[in-house]
Amino acid sequence: MRAADVLRFTAKALRGYSLRTALMLVAIAIGVAAVVILTSLGEGARRFVIGEFTSLGTHLLIVLPGRSETTGAAPPLLGQTPRDLTIDDALALTRIRTVRRIAPIAVGTAAVSFGRRDRDSIVVGSTSEFLTIRHLEVGQGRFLPPADPRRASPVAVIGAKIRQELFGPKKALGGWVRIGDRRFRVIGVLASEGRSIGIDLEEVVVIPVASALTLFNTASLFRILVEARAREVIPQARRSIIETIQARHEGEDDITVITQDAVLATFDRILRALTLTVAGIAAISLVVAGILIMNVMLVAVSQRTAEIGLLKALGAPAHTITVLFVTEAGVLSLAGALLGFMAGEAGSWIIGRAYPDFPVGSPWWAVVAALTVALVTGLVFSVLPARRAAQLDPVQALSRR
Amino acid sequence: MIQLKQICRDFEVGDQQVHALDRVSLDIDRGEYVAIMGPSGSGKSTLLNIIGLLDRPSAGSYILDGENVTTLPDAVQSRIRRDKIGFVFQFFHLVPRLTAAENTELPLVLAGFPPAERRARVDHILEAVGLAERKDHKPDQLSGGQRQRVAIARATILEPAVILADEPTGNLDRASGREVLEVLEKLNRENITLIIVTHDPDIAGRTARQIHIVDGRIDRDIATRRVHEGG
Repeated sequence: MRAADVLRFTAKALRGYSLRTALMLVAIAIGVAAVVILTSLGEGARRFVIGEFTSLGTHLLIVLPGRSETTGAAPPLLGQTPRDLTIDDALALTRIRTVRRIAPIAVGTAAVSFGRRDRDSIVVGSTSEFLTIRHLEVGQGRFLPPADPRRASPVAVIGAKIRQELFGPKKALGGWVRIGDRRFRVIGVLASEGRSIGIDLEEVVVIPVASALTLFNTASLFRILVEARAREVIPQARRSIIETIQARHEGEDDITVITQDAVLATFDRILRALTLTVAGIAAISLVVAGILIMNVMLVAVSQRTAEIGLLKALGAPAHTITVLFVTEAGVLSLAGALLGFMAGEAGSWIIGRAYPDFPVGSPWWAVVAALTVALVTGLVFSVLPARRAAQLDPVQALSRR
Repeated sequence: MIQLKQICRDFEVGDQQVHALDRVSLDIDRGEYVAIMGPSGSGKSTLLNIIGLLDRPSAGSYILDGENVTTLPDAVQSRIRRDKIGFVFQFFHLVPRLTAAENTELPLVLAGFPPAERRARVDHILEAVGLAERKDHKPDQLSGGQRQRVAIARATILEPAVILADEPTGNLDRASGREVLEVLEKLNRENITLIIVTHDPDIAGRTARQIHIVDGRIDRDIATRRVHEGG
């Protein structure tokens, strides 16, 4: 039998039982569409997180006081306490060649009040560089002016929400707010901007780092943000940072440097695993569709017993019958898979339209895998019914009306 | 051309052995017109199935055109069935979703003939059975007699040496039955061996030889050598 004739015969058989065909197509299409949509959501989540991190700058290194690694057996009486990470330490880092800019950060919570309005807020002490490193924008006024970070000055830049809550309709710029027990003049308001990880920047107050240290009565910075000159020099910058601080801390290696890349890679791995899991769950629906194919093909075989007997009487050998039924399942699953793929892509497109910030898009491997799994399950699960058809006894098949 | 030697066919029904055919020996020559007769359950259909290579005997040998075909593998038997034997059934067994022309074409499709040749042959044969105008009708748009003629066209499109007809008129009214028989007899006059299973004595009366089967054995084998009617 010629391949073209096999396909034609199959197509006619599929059209001859249109309800059955439609149901099978829907079953397979749902499976494939589920894989496509779920993986594109997972992939979207991954891209979203990576995008967030990239917006913070991928050249970023974060210096934390204290060490995350366990050190060797130190005598218990001489237990090490990490040395403070000071503003001078931060300034020392600016002399490293591979470092473009730094922003020392001190963080604490303090009561912020204006007039009779009073609320607790996160207070970030930093320098003018903070604006650039964190890719922030100022909505009104200006940011902290470039100045010696060791000098305290009573100026503050407030988040959009803080401005709204403390000042309401009144003019905020030039107003004096009380933070803790000190007074600061508002010189700027941050642009309302939702994209940030960690602290919600709409609800912070930024003051000069020295002022913050005084306010919180501490000498130690919370961390230092360091921007390397290029992505390639990050490892080099990391080494230089550790060496520099070590030299200043009497040879003690008591800081931790996290690179943005490492954080990014971790998230990337987690989210990819998540996507794979979700895809695996969706693939189960494909296997279910495969079992459905098997059931329906078995029904088809018993429905078409007379036809199979006839084909045998007309001289079709067993393998031709097998080929006919497997082809039928194959065509079905291919068509179902393509339908499902289109439905899935349409679904992703609609989600993409509904949430423009969320970068949906199914990865190519998921599409290929879904189509392959659909086709393979279709073929595998049709082998049993097809063999049953091929082994049908023509005498019995034809004896029935 | 058909030689059966000591053919037995046993079935297991429950724990009982049923001898559907018991040591049947039979010779049928090319171009013969034979009726196989007998009561229900006598084994006449089993005999036809064995001649048509749809069933294998439990014992004995079957020689077709000088070749022992008893134990050939399925694929070879399929080819012999396709090339040498045409079947006509009581219930027509047309594929309902295919048109008359497509049903007729089926053996050619299975044999892998190129489409152009198929079309020419189908047109020719449907013309011969008088269904040229009905070729694009589905079976449910055809009368019983027309359906059986499509089935005959399908059985003869590969120019077989034998036509095996199992109660070909059993499901038809008298007039259509007569029409169908005439088509079959016309083929027989073109030297195709025609074997009809029937229990209609009128049909048997038209044949040149009647083989009566009772309880799986040949009871009588009468050659009447009558001249064909209606021709």
